[in-house]
Amino acid sequence: MQRLKYWQAISQGLVQCMERDPAVIITGIGVDDFKGIFGTTRAAFERFGAARVIDIPNCENAFAGIAIGAAAMGKRPVVVHPRNDFMFLAFDQIMNLAAKWKYMYQAKRGVPVVFRGIVGRGWGQGATHSQSLQSVFAHFPGLHVAVPASPADAKGLLVAALREDTPAVLLENRALYELEGDVPEEPVPIPFGKARIVREGTDVTIVGASLMAYEAARAADLLAEHGISAEVIDPRSLRPLDTGTILESLRKTGRLIVADTSWAMYGFSAEVAALAAEHGHACLKAPVRRVTPLDCPAPVSRPLEEAFHPTPMTIVRACLDVLELTATTSRALADVQARFPGPY
Amino acid sequence: MSEVQESHSGAVVPRAAERPGVPECELLRAMLRIRCVEETLADLYAEQEMRTPTHFSIGQEAVAVGVCAALRRADVIYSGHRCHAHYLAKGGSLLGMVGELYGREIGTARGRGGSVHLAQPEVGVIASSAILGQTLAVAVGSAWAFAMDHAPRIAVAFFGDGAVEEGIFHESLNFAALHRVPVLFVCENNLYSTHSGLAVRQPAGRSIYERVGAYGITTEHVDGNDVLAVRQAASRAADHCRSGKGPYFLECATYRWREHVGPLWDYDRGYRTKEEVEQWMARCPIKRLTEHCLARGLCTPADVEAWRQEFRREVDAAVATARRSPFPRPEAILEGTY
Repeated sequence: MQRLKYWQAISQGLVQCMERDPAVIITGIGVDDFKGIFGTTRAAFERFGAARVIDIPNCENAFAGIAIGAAAMGKRPVVVHPRNDFMFLAFDQIMNLAAKWKYMYQAKRGVPVVFRGIVGRGWGQGATHSQSLQSVFAHFPGLHVAVPASPADAKGLLVAALREDTPAVLLENRALYELEGDVPEEPVPIPFGKARIVREGTDVTIVGASLMAYEAARAADLLAEHGISAEVIDPRSLRPLDTGTILESLRKTGRLIVADTSWAMYGFSAEVAALAAEHGHACLKAPVRRVTPLDCPAPVSRPLEEAFHPTPMTIVRACLDVLELTATTSRALADVQARFPGPY
Repeated sequence: MSEVQESHSGAVVPRAAERPGVPECELLRAMLRIRCVEETLADLYAEQEMRTPTHFSIGQEAVAVGVCAALRRADVIYSGHRCHAHYLAKGGSLLGMVGELYGREIGTARGRGGSVHLAQPEVGVIASSAILGQTLAVAVGSAWAFAMDHAPRIAVAFFGDGAVEEGIFHESLNFAALHRVPVLFVCENNLYSTHSGLAVRQPAGRSIYERVGAYGITTEHVDGNDVLAVRQAASRAADHCRSGKGPYFLECATYRWREHVGPLWDYDRGYRTKEEVEQWMARCPIKRLTEHCLARGLCTPADVEAWRQEFRREVDAAVATARRSPFPRPEAILEGTY
């Protein structure tokens, strides 16, 4: 095991996959520049050069199709979007073609394009640079959608995506990029559809997607100081979704909090709440609670932005609510990006 | 008679082979076959057994046949919603197509794709799609992969004048020109996007192929109802692409006889005139090549009639087989999602 930051784990995973499979190419706006997509593509460019780490024109829609066409001829393109918000421009190709390819052509093989989208958050990035699109992508059959929340998962899910024939969307929260953790040195795939139990507990289950898995763990630490035992589950992939692990935890705790960086309405948190209602109703000792951004576009002004994003403290309060406890916590947790100096 | 190849259904189609030209009679036979297939299917449409929106290529056969006659088997094509002629001209299985229209398991996509999603990768028909311009970019991507691998293959994107207005068209041209990828863009300009004429969609006095030229792409305008001219232009284009000179753009002037989607005639619906349709029918690509071949003694009227009968028997057999074939099982509905 080695200690790597989240971005370093992605970088290493990319280099190792490119070493092993000459079909892997990295594409996207600025993947070859000196910043190398927050460091994630720099090592690959230095190692493999412009023939395999390829800067592209501003053409998100066509390029998603170009990647699909290359994948149909045997390539394994990684398409990087430094902000996932630009992927709206590629939705037709991703949802309307890549996702449907294997089914509507009954093709022997899908088109294995790996779309990496980075989710911004904080420092006044505003409405079109701060949103999480996992719920939208996860709506569409035919895609794999993952939201890695640890350095090991960032690498392992990427390795899995680059070995499978299903088009995959990997959404990486920028706030996780400096997070450090244990990462296997070898490129070991982490299968889609297998959740990670971040922390075991008995009183309440917190399912946290993306950054919210990390925040839920911080919330659980604080709750533990008050004698509350929270189980934290990181689903890792939203499609497929490891429903078994979530329901098993629910059977143990009887209480469910779902925390997500995408909106509540029609979102991932709604999906997990529906799962509990349909298949875990008998175990529920309290109503399911969702912790998500507020139902408006992301604002810029600092107090508004702080009110908009869910935090460990909102997760803590939700847990106390479902446990019908009124204890006030002894300390507050700083925002995950409190020391981030900006700009991006 | 030139070499022919057997398609999956036993059909005779021009061999898209590594040789300079396909004799005129083979081009004629290929067009006659496509016309026969589509007219037969159009007649059967009212029976409500083919339950998939179908965009007939009747009148536009010369583009598909002329271009595919200039391709090799390893080359790949992509099409849009009006894909039957392209699919058949590249060697797609007739039974696979008819079966797909009838929603049968024997269909090329086992009844999951329908008329607008024909594909048969073994013969190089990689994908067709109902979303305007969608496969243009995909063709560029396949061609880009060929260029990366230094493979002597090209990709063809078939689309209509409507797709030219989509943003993806311009993004695709820009990328193809930038990376000099071996892609042949084939624009079938049939003057209408559904029921909207060119005049309400694109600036007057600026032809499509001339605008494309501004990207630095070699472009050419060709009479899309003259299959010999199309084949000649497509051969030039294929040579250009294959020799590393980058993309090539062919605008083919042609005309759709029937309604946008469906088997009917629609000149009485107000968006075009009967006179206009008749003028274009007088320029029928099949009539034109038939006259050419007869005048040169390449075939006789009896040959042409015999071919018609042959194709009629072939399509009747495909229809009969499709109808006898089982539907997909509902229990198998999820198959192929992953």
